[in-house]
Amino acid sequence: MSVVDIRGVSKQFKGGTVALEDIDLEIEQGEFISLIGPSGCGKSTLLRVIGDLVEPTAGTVTVNGKPARQARRDHDYGIVFQDAVLYDWRTVAKNVALPLELAGWEREKRHERVAEMLELVELQGFGDHHPWQLSGGMQQRVSIARALSFDPALLLMDEPFGALDEMTRERLNAELLHIWHASGSTVVFVTHSIAEAVFLSTRVIVMSPRPGRVSKVIPIDLPQPRGPETREDPRFFELATELREALHLGGHVEIPA
Amino acid sequence: MNTQPVAVAPLERGGVSSMVGRRAADWLPAVAVLIGVLALWEGLVKGLHVQRFLLPAPDAIWSAFRENQSTLWHAGWFTFQEALGGFAIGCTFGVLFAVVVARWDLAGSALMPYAIAANAIPIIAFAPITNAWFDPLTKTSKMVIAAVLCFFPVFVNTVRGLRSVKPQQLELMRSYAVGELTVFRLVRVPTALPFLFTALRVASVLAMIGAIVGEYYGGSLDSLGANINQDASLFQFEKAWAEIFIACIFGIGFYLAVCVAERYATRWQPRMDVAGN
Repeated sequence: MSVVDIRGVSKQFKGGTVALEDIDLEIEQGEFISLIGPSGCGKSTLLRVIGDLVEPTAGTVTVNGKPARQARRDHDYGIVFQDAVLYDWRTVAKNVALPLELAGWEREKRHERVAEMLELVELQGFGDHHPWQLSGGMQQRVSIARALSFDPALLLMDEPFGALDEMTRERLNAELLHIWHASGSTVVFVTHSIAEAVFLSTRVIVMSPRPGRVSKVIPIDLPQPRGPETREDPRFFELATELREALHLGGHVEIPA
Repeated sequence: MNTQPVAVAPLERGGVSSMVGRRAADWLPAVAVLIGVLALWEGLVKGLHVQRFLLPAPDAIWSAFRENQSTLWHAGWFTFQEALGGFAIGCTFGVLFAVVVARWDLAGSALMPYAIAANAIPIIAFAPITNAWFDPLTKTSKMVIAAVLCFFPVFVNTVRGLRSVKPQQLELMRSYAVGELTVFRLVRVPTALPFLFTALRVASVLAMIGAIVGEYYGGSLDSLGANINQDASLFQFEKAWAEIFIACIFGIGFYLAVCVAERYATRWQPRMDVAGN
């Protein structure tokens, strides 16, 4: 059974902008999917449609075999944004425990689970700190721990490492793959970094803007588990080149100012 | 991966002294300035033979204070009760209105322009009128003016606080499919607290001003304002100054109490003490 099933989804915003047009996408259990494309291609909107944070104007979205709304109510997915979105008045441990609190977990079980999660993201010993005492990369790891704390079948990530420096980003990429292997969850990952998409994914969905559409799907056949050596694999460069060309064929090339 | 050094060292927990954020030695410069100013004041008044109705010397004020201590404290307490009552009423209404306005946009667009305009009105000008509305000898008439003074800053700031929640924090809550009340309790209230306390500090000062000025226009002779007014017109300037001194003590005490409550309620915030360290 597919974890996410998107059929004929379109989204037109109130101002008339067509963010998504007729998207079909099926995501299998255990996949790591990247959505990549220039800004305005609707990749973040598509992620939010899966999470029922944005309602599509047409089409259906099924998550875990049920309508997206029901899946959201059942806490079937965890989400990570570009900013860590931590609540400053809560300690790191209490931020991670938040979804568990809302789901009515007992205090003992919560403590146990939070300790496990902090270990997973290698932040043991930081539970009593407040978010502002941590670096950007550490904050984002707290956010990932929080998203995974209730063991969701699906992890939605909206450019989670976009605001971090290259070094931190590469390290967190490797950590994320490790977490993905350990948790066995399915990941949908929005990015605009070619290297990140190729390194992380099992499949890359290339999107083009105005209106947002899927222009190409590239399976990434790099061997698992991946590590620093993956980035030097000739196949890595081939795939990165293929992806770069697919993005350019999408019509619109962004030239950074 | 190794744990990196923390950007900011965790705070030590401590008692009131750490809440005020200073060691005894940090107070020395301020104490020295106080002593210097008092000495200069005393010296200038004596040396230049300043008339006592213009400015009495500190030692004369101090002896007036000593002589009238029990009545002074009594009057201070009387006025403080008015201020506190007005503060409680005004802040309660300010917060309640803010919650309604922040929740329902229609209420906001209907009321906010007037609230902001009213915030710029010198409300203290209404003091004589509240004395006409309520019996000027009761505490109620002074509580009303104090309450009206406190209302606006609390209302306007709380609305701003409740609305300054980051959209992504709400989006995350939506992903958890929780109700509006939960979002209010877990996100909006904590976000608004620093804004609210900024307003409460201002309101504590305004409440004392409101009560005392209200008393100038007629009030019980148990009160500070009526006494200051009377003693000044009877040329008992030392006693009037001693009453002002008592008003300062209660006013500063009130302000500090709000500050301590703020530190406690928002102890998660990064701290800077008075010196900015």
